[in-house]
Amino acid sequence: MVHGEIWTIKELFTYPNEYIYWSVQIVMYPFMTGLVAGAFVLSSLYHVFGIKELKDIARFALVFSFALLFAAPMPIVLHLQHPFRGINVMMTSHFTSAIAAFGIVFFAYGAIVASELWFLYRKHFVDKALALREKQDKTFGEQLWYLLYCTLTLGSYDVSEEALHRDEKAIKILAGIGIPVACFLHGYAGFIFGSVKANALWMTPLMPVIFIMSAIVSGIALCMLTYIVVMEIRKILIRRSRKRWEVTLEEVKGVELHVVQMTSRYLILFLVLAITLELLDLIFRGYTAVKSWDVLRSVLFERDFYDIFIMQYGIGNLVPLILFLIPGLTIRRTVLGVLLVLFGVFMMRWNVVIGGQAFSLSFAGYMHYSLPIIPHDWETFKEGLFGAVGIFIMPFVLFYFIAKVFPVFAEAKQEGH
Amino acid sequence: MLNRRNFLKYSLAGAAGLAVPAGIKASTGSAPAEPKKGDTRWVFLVDSTKCVGCGLCVKACKNENEIQYDLNVSRTWVERYVVTKDGKVHADSPKAARDGFTTQEIDQGHHGKDIVKPGDITKAFFVPKLCNHCENPACVQVCPVGATYQTKDGVVLVDRTWCIGCGYCIMACPYGVRFFHPVYHTAEKCTFCVHRLHAGLKPACVEVCPFGARKIGNRLDPNDPVTRTILDDKVQVLKEEFGTKPQVYYLGLSMEVK
Repeated sequence: MVHGEIWTIKELFTYPNEYIYWSVQIVMYPFMTGLVAGAFVLSSLYHVFGIKELKDIARFALVFSFALLFAAPMPIVLHLQHPFRGINVMMTSHFTSAIAAFGIVFFAYGAIVASELWFLYRKHFVDKALALREKQDKTFGEQLWYLLYCTLTLGSYDVSEEALHRDEKAIKILAGIGIPVACFLHGYAGFIFGSVKANALWMTPLMPVIFIMSAIVSGIALCMLTYIVVMEIRKILIRRSRKRWEVTLEEVKGVELHVVQMTSRYLILFLVLAITLELLDLIFRGYTAVKSWDVLRSVLFERDFYDIFIMQYGIGNLVPLILFLIPGLTIRRTVLGVLLVLFGVFMMRWNVVIGGQAFSLSFAGYMHYSLPIIPHDWETFKEGLFGAVGIFIMPFVLFYFIAKVFPVFAEAKQEGH
Repeated sequence: MLNRRNFLKYSLAGAAGLAVPAGIKASTGSAPAEPKKGDTRWVFLVDSTKCVGCGLCVKACKNENEIQYDLNVSRTWVERYVVTKDGKVHADSPKAARDGFTTQEIDQGHHGKDIVKPGDITKAFFVPKLCNHCENPACVQVCPVGATYQTKDGVVLVDRTWCIGCGYCIMACPYGVRFFHPVYHTAEKCTFCVHRLHAGLKPACVEVCPFGARKIGNRLDPNDPVTRTILDDKVQVLKEEFGTKPQVYYLGLSMEVK
């Protein structure tokens, strides 16, 4: 069996070599990069534009963006037929290809996020390193932590007022550079699809912009969700042992609701922009009705109607929009809303990637993708449900470990909560 | 001692060292972006009025190029078009027409078979398809590593030792000629049998066609019979709206052909 044949159902007249070659991992790729970009933009709203309401979630979003960053290229690695040759993209970059610069853009963006994190946490590293240095009879674990923190300070132990002020300035500059780079990283993912002239559904100059907007939407939604989960865990911990915490349960509750309500406003803004652009694209295609419109119409309004209009626009966009717009937003309603938003953005990626391959280049046939659920070999595992779920879980696991080095709430307490 | 100055110096030296492999690859010229024009530009001529859909070309291609006989992919294929009185177009290419068209039933994939009454048919014809070895190939443009490239004589090839298997070229080709090789797991396509051309032979499909429906020629040779036909006759190419400048020319192409 050839690659793609196992999950492709061909109908009517299709060319013999046509299969769904870009499967669920290519759906995960823009979904994950979108989350990275969105989380970063959210954190930058505070650092660059000084939107103080987002202060609490900004630090959290940056650390989470870093965790997501490691997971973002994984779908591509799992998708490649020769994953070990992936480095060839860096060795002989063929720059007429939209994928060729991915490594460069990705590492440039990674460097910016890492540098910003370093400036943000430099004082924390120095404090930890100095505290551990003075401690006598260090355990083996403490010795390791000491080495780690010493390394992370990069030899810079100056934590005077002036030095910290310089750090803040650096953070602001890095966050400022980071916004266009994050948008570029994701707009670039949109360009990979939008520039494929052979594909009637993908080819539109709006694709990168649509991708950026939905990326920010999904990034904000995931940050809100994770933030709420972490705050709920904090609440449980506080309930169990009040003495260990410097904040009261009521304070945490108040902060949580305030942050969530503020952040949801930005979520609504970007959600409206994303929906507007997507509908504009759809209306434009219908109005101009070029050669491919007949087959596109049959895919959009008949074959994939349920996935596009019910799942994506209905459940994924309209319902959460209403949930957020009803006054008196509660945490529970927010959780439901952001879950639906995340689902909606995932469905949008699905409908672009899989929907774009749902019709034949002959314009006279269709291909249906049947997602492998129970894997029976490596290929159906990595390009099936398990592979996709694995990729989605990965950043949360990474976040757990990264947050041990970059505590997302420790300093928030010192800053007045 | 590693002071700041030395650190910067060594870092720069290291970065320069990393750039060397890219330089070597570029200088060996295994993937020239713009091929230099020589005295040969291979072009293909398909006379669809002569094709009877016997499928010998597909069979010969599979044998010549070691594409497993039973696999549902092929470097070349033949399409059958049947137009009925109601204006409906029925098209198929079962198993890439490897065994020819032995039944009047039209293969509709998952939808089963279409049965067309002979009395309803107004016209029916066969169209062989293969890689168009475009002058402006979209597949070469999108390959992120330069593993797919165009030779000086216009043939578009894939370097099986360098292809990463991302499938971007498969997505970019408007003609659907590419697929993943089941053994090498790299992008695979028609090469105009370049190994045969270099040995002074014709491509396997041209050699085996009993009706002369497939021909290969040198576009830069004005006396080549294929060039003469392209210049003198009414020829067409497939999907020219994509701007790929395909180099497989067709005689007697009907508007129903997609």
